[in-house]
Amino acid sequence: MRLDTTDRQLINLFQRDLPVCDRPYQAMSRQLGIAEEEVIERLQSLQDSQVLSRVGPVFEHSRAGASLLAAVAAPEEQIDLVAARINHAPGVNHNYAREHTYNLWFVMTAPDEDTLDERLDELEHQLRLPMLRLPMVESYHIDLAFDIDWESLP
Amino acid sequence: MKPAPDYLVLAPDVAGAGPTSAWGLLRLRQQLELGIPLTPRPYKTLAERTGLSEQDVMSAIRQWQERGLIKRLGLVIKHRTLGYTANAMVVWDVPDDQVQNLGRALARTSFITLCYQRPRRLPEWPYNLFCMIHGVDRQRVLSQLETLIADLGLEQIPHAVLFSTKAYRQRGGRYVSRD
Repeated sequence: MRLDTTDRQLINLFQRDLPVCDRPYQAMSRQLGIAEEEVIERLQSLQDSQVLSRVGPVFEHSRAGASLLAAVAAPEEQIDLVAARINHAPGVNHNYAREHTYNLWFVMTAPDEDTLDERLDELEHQLRLPMLRLPMVESYHIDLAFDIDWESLP
Repeated sequence: MKPAPDYLVLAPDVAGAGPTSAWGLLRLRQQLELGIPLTPRPYKTLAERTGLSEQDVMSAIRQWQERGLIKRLGLVIKHRTLGYTANAMVVWDVPDDQVQNLGRALARTSFITLCYQRPRRLPEWPYNLFCMIHGVDRQRVLSQLETLIADLGLEQIPHAVLFSTKAYRQRGGRYVSRD
């Protein structure tokens, strides 16, 4: 999806460091040289077109609660069904098909470790598929807000 | 006894005159997981939804940023919509005594966007180091990976490349808010 220069600037400048003040969108609008309402409209429209997931905090997940990366090997012809069951379980925030015997990879979150384990046990039981549970041991680089390389995009 | 969760641990001065309501802070955490509202005074909107004052909302957010509970505040982009459709999870089976050094080296590479150490699950899963490459096309990601292997001398480290073929869900973590 192609974005105009102002949308690109908005993204370039504010993936980090959203102002925390009475009128943050006004503060942003001054940097961009546009009106406050236009910032809000552009954000809304980026959200409507699925470019923007949300304006928000990203929480440090090791401190925000419990979370875990897990994978299952779903029979290829049932992969959509298994994926839907995974999405139906509480706390699943990422769920991707990947090219591997373990073909469904998802992240489950919960307020605490015990609840997380219970949710995973329950899901594993429902799916009747052995589940790889791969907790994070150490993070070397965690922030997903990399600079967008606009020139390389289709 | 477990320590109180981070979102309830706030310095007394955040509240200004009186104690900040723990329920208010929990509601704020829940609201924030859904995003900052697109209203002219979003922190006031959050205050109205949580029963806190606008000042309390801003102080709590600043304090959570300082303490690292919030690691970034800003636009969260769906890269796939923009055209980053080649998303590869590259996994490595690294000798335990080298994993930290390699993890740090990978994390410094410009096109690597995440890098984690995780446990092996033998015999099914021998890989203990995970990194992510978000790219525009598969060939380019694979050639970036080849360059990386040559530059860091990783020819002897077994690895696998797991491209994603479909996103069934992609959203922020909801630790304390409801699904």
